[in-house]
Amino acid sequence: MPVSEMQVAMSAPVVEVRDLKKHFPIRKGLLRRTVGNVFAVDGVSFSIQPGETLGLVGESGCGKTTVGRTVLRLVEPTGGSIMVRGEDITHLGKKALRPYRREMQIVFQDPFSSLNPRMRAGTIVGEPLKIHGIADGAERERMVARLFDRVGLRAQQMKNFPHEFSGGQRQRISIARALALNPKLIVADEPVSALDVSIQAQVINLMMDLQREEGLAYLFISHNLAVVEHISHRIAVMYLGRIVEYADKVTLFTRPQHPYTEALLSAVPVPDPALKRNKHMVEGDVPSPVRPPPGCHFHTRCPYAIDRCRVESPPLKDVGDGQLVACHLR
Amino acid sequence: MTTVDHSAELARAGANVTGWASRTLFLANRYPLGAFGAVIVILFVFAAIFADVITPVDPTSTNPAKSLMAPGGQALMGADFMGRDMYSRVVHGARISLAVGLGSTALGCLIGVIIGLASGYLLGWFDLLVQRVIDIMQALPLLVMALVMAASLGPSLENTIIAISIPLIPNVARVIRSNTLAIRELPYVEAARAQGMSEVRIAVFHVLPNTLAPLIVLATAQLGAAILTEASLSFLGLGIPEPHPSWGRMLSESAAEYVRTAPWLVIFPGLAISLVVFGTNLLGDAVRDLLDPRQRS
Repeated sequence: MPVSEMQVAMSAPVVEVRDLKKHFPIRKGLLRRTVGNVFAVDGVSFSIQPGETLGLVGESGCGKTTVGRTVLRLVEPTGGSIMVRGEDITHLGKKALRPYRREMQIVFQDPFSSLNPRMRAGTIVGEPLKIHGIADGAERERMVARLFDRVGLRAQQMKNFPHEFSGGQRQRISIARALALNPKLIVADEPVSALDVSIQAQVINLMMDLQREEGLAYLFISHNLAVVEHISHRIAVMYLGRIVEYADKVTLFTRPQHPYTEALLSAVPVPDPALKRNKHMVEGDVPSPVRPPPGCHFHTRCPYAIDRCRVESPPLKDVGDGQLVACHLR
Repeated sequence: MTTVDHSAELARAGANVTGWASRTLFLANRYPLGAFGAVIVILFVFAAIFADVITPVDPTSTNPAKSLMAPGGQALMGADFMGRDMYSRVVHGARISLAVGLGSTALGCLIGVIIGLASGYLLGWFDLLVQRVIDIMQALPLLVMALVMAASLGPSLENTIIAISIPLIPNVARVIRSNTLAIRELPYVEAARAQGMSEVRIAVFHVLPNTLAPLIVLATAQLGAAILTEASLSFLGLGIPEPHPSWGRMLSESAAEYVRTAPWLVIFPGLAISLVVFGTNLLGDAVRDLLDPRQRS
């Protein structure tokens, strides 16, 4: 039994999010009165076990990035709760939050702006060790060299500046920085979307190797279903600030239950020109998160929508095997 | 199979360039205009430092016999109405210009950086207040502002430095603020926050260093402007008081009366001002290219 599965079976979740909400107020005029809200995240719940990868997918603008950043408290939640190792961190102050910072780190999408261009790679990776007073001087140097080695970079490259690395190497530096504090969870916000396909595979494989070795958990945010299928254990599908389907990878890809998931899967290109596919396209655009449609958010684009969908918001319900779907028709 | 000879490209990119002298030569080769500016500025700085050594006569000592003497063997750049040696005065004037230029630019940049960084990082009412005050300050031209400051502070070297530094503050604060606004949203700042770094340290170690590239360009341009403003203030009688040799004052003393009869009294101080401003601008452009690690190869 691999380490990761053992841990999944045994321990409590690394992070548990309940009914998370983030509404960005829209202010106008001299007095900065609130004239409306962007409902970026509107009641999202999930939990991630040690050593597990939860894939979070959805179209751009559906709130998946905001979820990741809210979990790390880089964005203050409007409502709901975030539990780390059973402790509620939703309302902790800056000081009280610091020990929990060591548990959760982030890797960003853009490999160019996620590293300070004026710092040497070694300084960037060693910075978390400095902030948390873990190691100094030669000791820190040694730990950074080991981190470089673990992400597949050479220790001699520590003295180089970010612009001297390729996109994939920069992403490795980001991962090394995230690993420096020995976190339990890494929020990976589209970590490979900006990379070439061949490099994507390398970075994904590195992340999976690290997961096996360290029992890391990932919240893997992406719009690329193929990548998410490869790395995730479970997948949550988001639409306009809400999770519409939540299931383990195999179930989701073989028996999608929500019409939106169905549409997403049928949109994945298959490299076989002979294959006739039952194309199930969704028409139109995502409605504005400022004025989301009443009832089920998806009803404006859903081919099966009935009257009930337009008034009543469907709750996530279990349709068997732990597969959760938010649809009146299932 | 052919082998590709990369030696030409390597030489162009500066591979194998080691040691102090060869590096300087390599840079001079790459930025010829910058090197030219650097030579001017270095000459100017040397003139300021060794003014006493390289001039034969005290710049304030008068000699009636030499009054309005033309440039020649006895006086390299001629002498003014009071018989003071122009060469000595121009060289000693470098000292005043350098002190005022560096002093006011440094002071203005320091205050401007602090205000701009705080304004762009804190935002809210503090930002609003600071920006409106800066709007008011920027509504006045540099020289008018410096004039008002100099007139209210009174003429002396220190007051001239302060008077010139104050109009620089809004420019610097604006540049730093706008850069801060862009940089505070970048992922590496967020990464630092995710690591638990304090906001003050993020502002100083991650945001500030990345706002400085345009500041260096601004500062070198301002260095020229500050020297020019000092000359203007002194020309108007509000800058450096007599008997200190200030280029601006030398111009004002002689421009009206002697420009026809003794043009060397105007040409040499004027040339000194133009040359120094030109040199600092050339150097500033090269320094900007050099200090940005992304443009270094």
